Amino acid sequence: MNKFNSLKKRKKDLTFWQKIYIPEIFKGLAITLKNMLRPKFTMEYPEEKFIPPASYRGRPVLVMEKNGDERCVACGLCSRVCPALAIEVQAGETDKEKERYPEKFEINMLRCIFCGLCEEVCPEEAILMSKDYELAFTNREDAIYGKDKLLVPVEQLLDRIEFLRKYK
Amino acid sequence: MSLIELTIITLIKIVIVLTIMLLTVSYLVYFERKISAWAQNRLGPNRVGWQGILQPFADVLKLLLKEDIVPERANKYVHAIAPMIALFVAFTTYAVIPIGPNINLFGYEIQLVVADINMGILYVLALTSLGVYAITFAGWSSGSKYSLLGGIRSSAQMISYEISMGFSIGGVLLLSESLRPIDIVNSQAGWMWNALIQPIGFITFLVSAFAETNRLPFDLPEAEPELVGGFHTEYSSMKFAAFFLAEYANMIIASALIVTLYLGGWHIPYIETLNLSPTLTTILQIGAFFVKMGALLFFFIWVRWSIPRFRYDQLMNLGWKVMFPLSLVNIVWVAGLIMIFKI
Repeated sequence: MNKFNSLKKRKKDLTFWQKIYIPEIFKGLAITLKNMLRPKFTMEYPEEKFIPPASYRGRPVLVMEKNGDERCVACGLCSRVCPALAIEVQAGETDKEKERYPEKFEINMLRCIFCGLCEEVCPEEAILMSKDYELAFTNREDAIYGKDKLLVPVEQLLDRIEFLRKYK
Repeated sequence: MSLIELTIITLIKIVIVLTIMLLTVSYLVYFERKISAWAQNRLGPNRVGWQGILQPFADVLKLLLKEDIVPERANKYVHAIAPMIALFVAFTTYAVIPIGPNINLFGYEIQLVVADINMGILYVLALTSLGVYAITFAGWSSGSKYSLLGGIRSSAQMISYEISMGFSIGGVLLLSESLRPIDIVNSQAGWMWNALIQPIGFITFLVSAFAETNRLPFDLPEAEPELVGGFHTEYSSMKFAAFFLAEYANMIIASALIVTLYLGGWHIPYIETLNLSPTLTTILQIGAFFVKMGALLFFFIWVRWSIPRFRYDQLMNLGWKVMFPLSLVNIVWVAGLIMIFKI
């Protein structure tokens, strides 16, 4: 505390030029003028949108492989771990190698809190947090996303997968 | 010129001046937002019209359509009259400020002032004193503590700085020997601008102008973090718009006054050596007046976003203990110059 007291500038520590205040005014005006001539930081939405980095937790999406199948095996772990109870999964049988697939996979975007626990717990890397943050609905029914709105091709999610493998 | 011709010419001048004033006031709001944005590394309004040029119309429309709320404990009539006084003072002061030399249009010799009073500066001083009433009424009639405090502080501030303003004008009058604005401008012909001859007076008048218009760094009465909104807390819709416009109109008046009294009005130094035609010279001189006024308005806005606010006791200290003695020193200085150079 003593160190900070001695660092505080008191009125008698000001130099003569600082006391008469007019040169300080000019210094302030010069700084503002310099700033007026510098480039601006505004991102003009909606023409320029902000692309978040890979670590951003946007809305959860299901990964769609190149042949059009989802990776999800409908184990139900994401539904159990979701703190907001936003995910509903109904499993069904299939002849493919993975033997299970989600007949119904619904995320209620009005309940989702974007925590990312479903992504952390998924054993198949089938549900990921994308970079999408622009969600606006006009009625409650539109907000319940089914499989059609949740499936996203894997090429768009590669940086998220890399981030997950490296850091989590 | 017969009376009818004089009346018609004056009416036309009134219409022109009112239109220009109203447009300038609304666009000053737009420029303040733009310039303040640039000083903070961001773009200002740029969505309404090209680069946001139609923004003032959007603002006015919004303010017109808002609900007008009057507090229950307010004195309704005084509450309504206060913004009217503010606007009235702001607009009528412009009647005596000349924007250019005499012109010859259609055979008539027209002076570019709405009213050529031979004591124009006294008229301006009287009206600025009336302007204090607007704020006092607003603060007192709103029936709320913060408005009252803001109104009282603002009145005290304006009255204190009127003194140094008056004495600075006294310095100008010593040289021009007349209260008529056109004579004052003509006494600064060429490059003998009052800002160069009496710099101390220029600075005291400039600072007093900032304090009179309640502009930063002297805007404690209406500062948001300090007093919620000061004297205009309880105003909404058109009455608030009236105060808002009156503040910017006061800024324009102050700039016009400073240009007339200290920066040589419409004179451009050494323009006679260019030997241009009289019409072109007149147009250039009118343009020079507006350029100088625009530069001063930019300075007003620039200072607002660069300098921290003064505390109330620092403000009153500055007004009475620094500006007042300095303006007296200025009068002695000018008197000394007159004695030495026998102007």
